[in-house]
Amino acid sequence: MEASEIKKRLEELLSSELVWKIGEKQTGDGWVEIPLEKWTEACRLARDDEKLLFEFLRALSGVDRPGENNIELVAHLFSYRHRHAVVLKTKVSRENPVAASVCSVWPAAEWYEREIFDLLGVNFREHPDLRRILLPEDWPGHPLRKDYQQPASYRGIPTSRPAPEGSAS
Amino acid sequence: MSEILQSSGERQELVLNMGPHHPSTHGVLRFVVHTDGEIMRRAVPDIGYLHRGLEKLAEGCSWAGYMPFTDRVNYLEAMFTNLAYARAVEKLLALEIPPRAQYLRVMACELNRIASHCITLGCIAMDLGAFTPFVYLLRERETINDLIEELCGNRITHNYMRIGGVAFDVDESWLKKVSAFLYHFEPVIAEFESLIVANEILAKRMAGVGVICAADAVAWGLVGPNLRASGVDFDLRRDQPYAAYDGLQFSVPVGRDGWVHPDSVVGDCYQRFLVRVEEMRQACKILRQCIAALPSGEIMAKVPKALRPPRGEAYAAVEGARGEIGCYVVSDGGPQPYRVKWRSSSFSSMSIIEHISRGLMIADLVAVIATLDVIAPETDR
Repeated sequence: MEASEIKKRLEELLSSELVWKIGEKQTGDGWVEIPLEKWTEACRLARDDEKLLFEFLRALSGVDRPGENNIELVAHLFSYRHRHAVVLKTKVSRENPVAASVCSVWPAAEWYEREIFDLLGVNFREHPDLRRILLPEDWPGHPLRKDYQQPASYRGIPTSRPAPEGSAS
Repeated sequence: MSEILQSSGERQELVLNMGPHHPSTHGVLRFVVHTDGEIMRRAVPDIGYLHRGLEKLAEGCSWAGYMPFTDRVNYLEAMFTNLAYARAVEKLLALEIPPRAQYLRVMACELNRIASHCITLGCIAMDLGAFTPFVYLLRERETINDLIEELCGNRITHNYMRIGGVAFDVDESWLKKVSAFLYHFEPVIAEFESLIVANEILAKRMAGVGVICAADAVAWGLVGPNLRASGVDFDLRRDQPYAAYDGLQFSVPVGRDGWVHPDSVVGDCYQRFLVRVEEMRQACKILRQCIAALPSGEIMAKVPKALRPPRGEAYAAVEGARGEIGCYVVSDGGPQPYRVKWRSSSFSSMSIIEHISRGLMIADLVAVIATLDVIAPETDR
């Protein structure tokens, strides 16, 4: 299916209007925006509907947008049986970043959501094991947020070091 | 290193740490293994030891300047990670890549695939107690590293792809050397098969062990050889062709019951091993076709010096040695990437281990890690 048909099908299934967007010069990938409260439902329908069958979650990522005061969750989906792909997005606020987990739809999401929790500080409701995955448990802050300041030291270990003598910088 | 955590009924659960430094983990990662005697109740992977913040680093680089960092995503697959990033940015810029560059990309990737599979297959055998095949295959990989060094000057972190093409052209003598290597290497695969593949002890260590059914493989996002070993016939090179793969002939090996050994079933460790052996043969076939069909012409598209892709985003995937490597780039129209995200095959392979470890022997965990081919730096990025 083409992107526009996929969007139309999702609108039918969710019985609400959805927004389709693409980059300013129509290059790259377009995406379908899903309201936050319908996120899990939309994902489940995208996986189960006979015409969509997005059984493969390629990646689940987060993008911080301080200008719009929200964090985007981006799901790249692919269907092995129909050989088509789609990008779904939803937005959570930066102050209270909570979304429903999609672990029950794709088990692969469990680690992706842990990664988003770790690096962007988004909380996922009904996640079975939400804890940091890449950084240590006591690491301060979430590095992929745009306003993140790297601490000068971690447990007494400096995070930067002076340039070696004779080097250019 | 171990502690008795809890006793459930009359049986006691022993919690063991496997790693962070362990001969079979090839890199720094840890498994917290809950055992009941020799049987595992579950093995929980603990990752992050090799996190280098490669996604955050992108936000401080120019678009072109991030290329050398992509080498570091996976030290065995630098060509593929290069290509995934280059393709994602090219998609945003809507660039047309010259045909010669497309063929050179395929050649570089297939050489890289053979080199990576050499390490993987050698390590599987080594982890299961056979050291010799590892050394044999490492020798072959050295030759490939020499070829790639001649191609781009680097042996491990290639930095060969560019946004818009490739960095260096090749001449006749290099093509002859690749051709000579293929004549030498194809018999080596046969030798490897007679030495180790059909070996009863090795086959018994893997056949019927760590079985992943197709539904689980898809749900947990396994890709590439791991997915195909579970019986899903999908290969990005064939099914969503990119670079020059559209015009090339090759077959895609898929797992089947009783392959080579009567005990082997679709989705077990042995099938993951066999798929990779066959893929090396197919890579040789692709390389021969590329040498014969290499078109002449430019190796770089016309790309402005200071790249500023238009606002938007793109996801590009390539079929790496471990399966789909995806790169998701977001541009805000500025001189630096706004966000780069890596979809790495090891990350999803690692996440399924806890699920399939239930009821396995501790010794089988080694076979599972080795055949799923998880690379710690790729998981942690």
